[in-house]
Amino acid sequence: MRAVYLDNNATTPVEPRVLEAMLPYYREHFGNAASRNHRYGWIAEEAVDKAREQVAKVIGASSKEIIWTSGATEGNNTAILGVARMYAEKGKHMVTCKIEHKAVIDPCKFLETQGYEVTWLDPDQTGCVSVDQVRDAIREDTILVSLMFANNEIGTIHPIPEIGSLCKEKGVLFHTDATQAFGKIPIDVEAMGIDLLTMSAHKIYGPKGAGAVYVRRRKPRVRLQPIIYGGGHERGIRSGTLNVPGVVGCGAAAEIALQEMPTESVRIARLRDRLWAGLNEQLSDITMNGHPEHRLPNTLNVSFLYIEGESLMMGISDIAVSSGSACTSASLEPSYVLKGLGLGEDLAHSSIRFSLGRFTTQEDIDYTIDQVVEAVNHLREMSPLYEMAQAGVDPSTAEWQRH
Amino acid sequence: MAYSDKVVDHYQHPRNVGSMNQSAPDVGTGIVGAPECGDVMKLQIQVDDDNRIIDAKFKTFGCGSAIASSSLATEWVKGRTLDQALQIRNTEIVKELALPPVKIHCSVLAEDAVRAAIADVKKKRERAEADKETVSTK
Ligand SMILES: Cc1ncc(COP(=O)(O)O)c(C=O)c1O
Repeated sequence: MRAVYLDNNATTPVEPRVLEAMLPYYREHFGNAASRNHRYGWIAEEAVDKAREQVAKVIGASSKEIIWTSGATEGNNTAILGVARMYAEKGKHMVTCKIEHKAVIDPCKFLETQGYEVTWLDPDQTGCVSVDQVRDAIREDTILVSLMFANNEIGTIHPIPEIGSLCKEKGVLFHTDATQAFGKIPIDVEAMGIDLLTMSAHKIYGPKGAGAVYVRRRKPRVRLQPIIYGGGHERGIRSGTLNVPGVVGCGAAAEIALQEMPTESVRIARLRDRLWAGLNEQLSDITMNGHPEHRLPNTLNVSFLYIEGESLMMGISDIAVSSGSACTSASLEPSYVLKGLGLGEDLAHSSIRFSLGRFTTQEDIDYTIDQVVEAVNHLREMSPLYEMAQAGVDPSTAEWQRH
Repeated sequence: MAYSDKVVDHYQHPRNVGSMNQSAPDVGTGIVGAPECGDVMKLQIQVDDDNRIIDAKFKTFGCGSAIASSSLATEWVKGRTLDQALQIRNTEIVKELALPPVKIHCSVLAEDAVRAAIADVKKKRERAEADKETVSTK
């Protein structure tokens, strides 16, 4: 049996070169980066500063604008809650969208309980929010627009530069959760008018529990009220002894991602398109979710009509993917992202996300096509919905006994 | 969460997949669930003159546990009388397949499908009886 990992949007393995870079900081260079008066501290601080440069370079920022966090959940909370509290005098209104990651949605929901108002934009059927929607939502008292760079489930990429320049024009801060885009597609905080940006190391072949938030220092200088108080590390924005090996790994992973982006993004997009073409050639009644062009090179989200996602995952059990099916979530609700596209819940139940990565090979893809086709055919053979559709009855218009 | 061996076995080798003629007088059909809820089960039984189930078929849209629950239900109803088949409880399905708590609704749905199929064939029989009476009183 072979094992194929196509769930790189969930997490990625640590790249061997990254691990090599980290190990000395667990061993001989174990110092605290905040120890200013001995060699151990200096070595750690030097490594942290180098990593700051490496992360900053990926997004065209200055290293002084990088704040280390424990990952994107903390980064999003730091940015959103930090702006809300710092700029409350100016206004208490924010704009975001319904298919953000929970690490954006939940802090915004929390703010709603604290006297803030949030406008939740509806994406179109491809998962995109338009500049006009954002323009219409911005008010006198708007202090922040937070929109993800690329969606983790469907890969759709927002029109970031246009939204950034709109925010500049309106004098509103712009935060983007770039967890899935960082290191995969070009980002330039200057050209794109981004004021705050979140990234996470474990999505780019770095370690789990490490990440960063970019906080603009000039034009405008963004100020954040911290969510964690303590020794005043990271310009007082994020206190706590730095996870030096994690930070070093984050930097090394960022540098490799940037170096390999031109070739990797092309190679991976080609494999992803091969996967879609192969499935489409051999199977009827499948649809691609997300934007056909403005999409991450590694992400393919497909609904296999008339079969349920978890049962399909069971049929391809040596291939790791994820599904928007209710059965794969603790809440028994299908993916709110796919529901948010307004495509009907049955499409969410039937969806599978394939997310490719640096270690995906053409053999992996060809094997996946074979396995998926076989499992889909097996399941359609026993699907009452497929039977109805074959008989010319549209299951979505039939009468059902709901439970 | 790993699947039990029995669920995997039913998934890989589902028993009694198929369809019967829904309008046949000796066939009862139960269709329960809804696509937007993530599971639909169609379970059919063929009943002889002594009210004994001589054949059963299913088709299911749903997760592996839903497929296994309905596959198992078709095995269990075969050979039973309608009254005996009505005794099948979802808790027995849970036990047999070692379903975890989040999958209990799959077993409930299978029990519902069996009941719906039985109700359907009984209704057909009653209607046939009623038709016979109207014919004979003519
Ligand atoms: C878009 C997006 N934002 C935030 C997160 C959370 O990242 P982390 O696991 O680093 O907290 C993820 C990963 O699940 C993500 O895909």
